[in-house]
Amino acid sequence: MITEQERQRIQTDFQEKMDYDELLNCMRCGFCLPSCPTYIESGYDEAHSPRGRIALMKAVVDGDIEPDDDVKRSLDMCLGCRACEPVCPSGVNYGHLLEQARDIIYQNHELSATTKAIRNIAFKGLFPNQGRIRTMTGLLGFYQRSGLQKAARRTGIMKILPDNLAAMEKVLPEVPSLKQLKNRPDHLPSLVPQKKKVAFFSGCLMDSMFMATNDATMKLLQHAGCEIVIPDSQACCGALHGHSGEKQQAKALAKRNIIAFEDTGADCIITNAGGCGAFLHDYDHLLQDEPDWAERGKEFAARIKDISSVLVELGFDEYPLQLPDQVVTYQDSCHLKNVQKTFLEPRQLLQTIDGVQYVEMKDADRCCGSAGIYNIVESEMSMQILDYKMKQVETTHAKTIVTANPGCLLQMKLGIEREGLSDTIRAVHIVDLLLEAYEYARQPVGV
Amino acid sequence: MLAEELKQQLIEVVGEANVQDNKASLLVYSYDATPQFQSIPDAVVAPRNTDEVAEVLKLCNEHHIPVVPRGSGTNLSAGTTPVEGGIVLLFKHMQDIIEIDEENLTVTVQPGLITLDLINAVEAKGLFYPPDPSSMKISTIGGNLNENSGGLRGLKYGVTRDYVMGLEVVLPNGDIIRTGGKLAKDVAGYDLTRLFVGSEGTLGVITEATLKLVPMPESKKTILALYEDIEAAAEAVSSIIAHRIIPTTLEFLDQPTLKVVEEYAQIGLPTDIEAVLLIEQDGPQEVVDRDIEKIAALCRDNQAIRVDVAKSELEADALRTARRTALSALARLKPTTILEDATVPRSKIAEMVRAINDIAREYKVDICTFGHAGDGNLHPTCLTDVRNKEEIHRVEQAFESIFHKAVELGGTITGEHGVGAMKSPYLHLKLGDEGIAAMKGIKQAFDPNNIMNPGKIFAKSERKRVVVHA
Repeated sequence: MITEQERQRIQTDFQEKMDYDELLNCMRCGFCLPSCPTYIESGYDEAHSPRGRIALMKAVVDGDIEPDDDVKRSLDMCLGCRACEPVCPSGVNYGHLLEQARDIIYQNHELSATTKAIRNIAFKGLFPNQGRIRTMTGLLGFYQRSGLQKAARRTGIMKILPDNLAAMEKVLPEVPSLKQLKNRPDHLPSLVPQKKKVAFFSGCLMDSMFMATNDATMKLLQHAGCEIVIPDSQACCGALHGHSGEKQQAKALAKRNIIAFEDTGADCIITNAGGCGAFLHDYDHLLQDEPDWAERGKEFAARIKDISSVLVELGFDEYPLQLPDQVVTYQDSCHLKNVQKTFLEPRQLLQTIDGVQYVEMKDADRCCGSAGIYNIVESEMSMQILDYKMKQVETTHAKTIVTANPGCLLQMKLGIEREGLSDTIRAVHIVDLLLEAYEYARQPVGV
Repeated sequence: MLAEELKQQLIEVVGEANVQDNKASLLVYSYDATPQFQSIPDAVVAPRNTDEVAEVLKLCNEHHIPVVPRGSGTNLSAGTTPVEGGIVLLFKHMQDIIEIDEENLTVTVQPGLITLDLINAVEAKGLFYPPDPSSMKISTIGGNLNENSGGLRGLKYGVTRDYVMGLEVVLPNGDIIRTGGKLAKDVAGYDLTRLFVGSEGTLGVITEATLKLVPMPESKKTILALYEDIEAAAEAVSSIIAHRIIPTTLEFLDQPTLKVVEEYAQIGLPTDIEAVLLIEQDGPQEVVDRDIEKIAALCRDNQAIRVDVAKSELEADALRTARRTALSALARLKPTTILEDATVPRSKIAEMVRAINDIAREYKVDICTFGHAGDGNLHPTCLTDVRNKEEIHRVEQAFESIFHKAVELGGTITGEHGVGAMKSPYLHLKLGDEGIAAMKGIKQAFDPNNIMNPGKIFAKSERKRVVVHA
């Protein structure tokens, strides 16, 4: 419950901090509605649409409505997928409005003790801290390797968890050992005549739980002609904080990253996680009010590039790539498409692989429901969205679902698990599939 | 706020989940796409079928509670803004295609169906439903029927009205009536079908519609004619029609509109010229080729500096889609965009364009113009800022002049957006007092308690623009 006092503070902050011009920029044409997954899945409830949410934010500023629990509910329910932005002819920056509104609410609202504890661990303890994430991942690895996982599954202890959490536990990748996690390179040469010097943003989840995917990314870059710098002092991108109303922490992380990458001498900063990439891409907006940082944020943001787009730029799609015959489909990463506007390149790469029959799924650009920690905090809506997604996957008869973001990858694995299809369908990150295709094409004949 | 007893009765009819009255829910149903109009309803009710609609109307009629039927809220004349409070009626449970009848070439649908879903469903069977309002990706058939919506294909194919064969309607007293049917001919009594189409939800609630389909045209071709002179473009429009060619689409966009549309769509629209005409013809290949050739020649005769033919259907579709975003794209330029849809006979289009430009200069307001030039239906759009009261006043004066001019040229104050609350102060310009009295008589006969969408079409008095704010 939001108390009376909190409402007043939130309202004052809305009036002081919300970008009113941007709120007015929405002319309420409703063109965003069909693109909004929560509008559709809520059975066309305007309160769960971008236009409705903007109207609520504006009404709070105007004093037409108090920021009560229903207003908060409407904003919480948003996936933040930003599918409404590319379809908005007026060019409303919905994502920025949402972030600002959430930040105000969470800074003023006393959360329940449990929620607060979870948020604290995640946002203050874990994500800003590469070392701790590694330790956590190490523990997870110990759990998986020691037989504890099997024991836990056998004893049925997983059954007392909510359904999707239990399923989620099953789909977590085999994580590397603590020792592997600690020995990360900070510089790699090109394996062919060098075309480009790039910096690699390794990300916190990607560099722990999905370390193999990061390794694959670097190998692809090396094969494509890149010298790679991997600054050791880089931090979490801050996306989870920024999207959950912890803007100050997001800013602190942004500054650390700007410093870490500023003097690398690299032409661009490569990411392989659509969610991180988009947030890094938005550093200019995040730091726009800080005179010492605004310009540096802009420069940083302009250098962000997704792995698939740099691979296409370097002509990687002309390399021999091959896989055993299979139908492949691609699930867009919302932020990669809607913020970084990268959606053609992954498809182009997949279609050049020999043996791959690429089938586009219906609504491939509709969010899968992962959305950061959304699938945990709003699990009912998330699973409803996932069920729709899996229906579309099944119509393509794909054996391989390709994604470009760790959250999406886990969610698709979860979808496969929930549908009982783990024997027939797999979900992979695009770089893992590309490396597989690169190596498969180079196998000695007869093997 | 509804009386608790009435709320309980409504819940008994439609179920608890389908009666919402928390403040956030009321707020998000307090507006449509019309700037400057907003008013909080008392409840939002979503009946699940025709019988429930009838029960809800009976209750509201008994308690004299206003009922505002609402599709997706893309209305541009404040037609779905609950200006007198009451109940906003949603059709989210009534979205089915009941039947596609391939023998009679009809489709029967529920009002909550999205227009584009209907179009796609019939096209999958090789049939064609021509009305295509710019908002068709999200507008509902119920909304299209109540507003008699037009669209880009109106020139050749007509508007929503021309495709409605029969309706099921719930009257304010709860009676359920059926009008028309799958009949090519039917003169049994008054043509209530036509009366309800375009009635803006003021007479009853449409709960089902049988719509006419036509065969899919065999082929189509799209061209873009570029002009250095706005009036020359407008004259080309009249000239094409006068030469007895009826294209499917004949759209006009001026330079400021082109610029914002291109900024959004990025499809390579020319932005360094004064105006373009987007023209499309469909039909048998040889007829299309011949017509397009003639049209291109007529455009050149009327000072077109270039005529480009779209190279593929993909390119043509990009052009049409871009055109549909014009209004919303204009919102990039200023915080508030107010548009009108004054319409004149086709032969007067050049004169009207001239008049709009003169009026904009006279009142020192920014007006961009785009629209269905072939229909004589222009959308002069004013770029302004609601916070600037002085300018808003001049905008209102400018629009009033535009209405006067349109009527003087034998036109109307609204071609396709409806009167709603926005244009009700000007309805007398078109109808005269006697015309309004005749219409009020009809309203009184169907809805004696004035519960159906009150405050729309008829102004309470002849006052200027009503600005309702919650």
